Amino acid sequence: MPSTSRLLVLLCLISALAIAVAGCGSDDDEDSGSGPTAAADCNPGELETLEQGTLTVATDKPAFPPYFVNDDPANGKGFESAVAFAIADTLGYAKTDVKWVVESFNSSFAPGPKDFDFDVNQISITPQRKQAVDFSAPYYTAGQAVVALKDSEIATATSLDEIADAKIGVQLGTTSLDAVNETIEPSEEPSVFNNSTDVVTALKQGQVDAVVVDVPTAFFLTAVQVPEATTVGQFEAPGGDEWGALLEKDSPLTSCVSQAIEELRSSGKLGQIEQRWIQQATNAPALD
Amino acid sequence: MDPAGDERPGARLAGKPPPGSRGAERAAARRRKDRRGFAIAAASTAVVLGALAAIVVTSPGWDDIRNTFFSTSVFADSFPAVLDGFWLDVKLFLAVEVAVLILGLLIAILRTTRGPALFPLRAMGAVYTDVLRGIPTILLVYLVGFGLPATMLFERGSLFVDPIFLGGLALTLSYSAYVAEVYRAGLNAVPRGQREAALAVGLTETQAMRHVIAPQAVRRVGPPLLNDFIALQKDVALVSILGPQEAFRIAQIEQLEAFNYTPLIAAALLYLAVTLPLARLLDYWERGQSGRTI
Repeated sequence: MPSTSRLLVLLCLISALAIAVAGCGSDDDEDSGSGPTAAADCNPGELETLEQGTLTVATDKPAFPPYFVNDDPANGKGFESAVAFAIADTLGYAKTDVKWVVESFNSSFAPGPKDFDFDVNQISITPQRKQAVDFSAPYYTAGQAVVALKDSEIATATSLDEIADAKIGVQLGTTSLDAVNETIEPSEEPSVFNNSTDVVTALKQGQVDAVVVDVPTAFFLTAVQVPEATTVGQFEAPGGDEWGALLEKDSPLTSCVSQAIEELRSSGKLGQIEQRWIQQATNAPALD
Repeated sequence: MDPAGDERPGARLAGKPPPGSRGAERAAARRRKDRRGFAIAAASTAVVLGALAAIVVTSPGWDDIRNTFFSTSVFADSFPAVLDGFWLDVKLFLAVEVAVLILGLLIAILRTTRGPALFPLRAMGAVYTDVLRGIPTILLVYLVGFGLPATMLFERGSLFVDPIFLGGLALTLSYSAYVAEVYRAGLNAVPRGQREAALAVGLTETQAMRHVIAPQAVRRVGPPLLNDFIALQKDVALVSILGPQEAFRIAQIEQLEAFNYTPLIAAALLYLAVTLPLARLLDYWERGQSGRTI
């Protein structure tokens, strides 16, 4: 009997503790709800960033060309690196005030606090995704490109119908899969690979006949990774494929980053960056 | 207490202790203790689960968790597609299971051969099981799936560039190594006398293995084999890295489309729907076996 009552007392203590902890937790929730969303003035260099005076920008690793160069986002080279530094500059942060961190695409939208101010990683803006995170105004609209080996039948295709019977490969988490399913409507189920390296390998080795990727990616793929491949052509993803910077849901910075991107667009600076880093990619012929 | 009650010799041997005897008291005490034990177990389970649920539900992140992991609308949207992909898992699982049962037994028999001339066979069997059990299954799937086509020995459209076949092959290689060891334990557990008796009545080594030893070994290894197949049923999802749209891959596609983890929960439930009955069956089977041997 005495041991039983001791056990009961212990259980009561544990549950009381649990309820107390839980209670504290819910209090925090109520406190933090009203705070940060209110203020949204974009005084240069005085934003509510993660670290005062520093803008923390995230992207995945490895960071691929033409979006980044030499897997080093901090060098300012590559389309998205240049865009991020331009946004920072507009917001009043010098190149030395920008800190780059690694954030995998898969964890960038996980619930909970983020350890970056914004994330640039060729992330497409969709209404569904907006329920989980914030997106800035778009900084690029990507077309979809069909890439095949030069010696394959598909290399000479002039319409999407000629591609419909091919085994197509795409990368997981990209809008390319939607684009393939809705626009090409292939007879064989597309293969969906973990990353772009696997997509490229599958194309080289004949596991797939063609791959569908974003136009700038196609440029890098055919120019560097698989010289024996060619860009067959490009087409518009259904609804357009706009890329935005990803921010924590209800971040106080979202409107400032969007404002900066709009400024860069109207000043022509965004266009210059696009010209500089992905101009050659847009030379692929249109498919319909 | 009635001291006269327990003086009588043989009282304890009677089927049911007479009321008021020490035996009856003991039995009643045991029943009380069992009841109390059951009540404490039930109460402590309720308190622990309740406390855990309270911590999760009242945590500051609960709204986020509910929306991103347990969204009913996302679940309803994604479940049909995930279920569709799950049939590929089931088909692949069944095919690989048959291949593993056959290949595993062959390797186990290789490893239990006798005679110095057959040493190379035993060595090959040992190397096979050591190496393939030592490589993480996900690496094996990756290496077979991207490595075999890289040899460029196979034409486009051949079986050896088909990701589902290659994934199944990799799983077969990995699991046959485990299953071979299970079989070998079963083969070694058949008493030597069985083989000697079989040889004494004029069977050859091969016939003794085929008709006497192997059937007895297979019967013994049922539960451990089933255990490996529960693991295999889950590992079928690894084939997704080669591109096929099976349940896990479709769940990932849906997850990344909506930035919502609920489709992964849908996939998890489907795997559970198969593995849970298998696990219960295994428990039942093992209890039955131990009952027979006691």
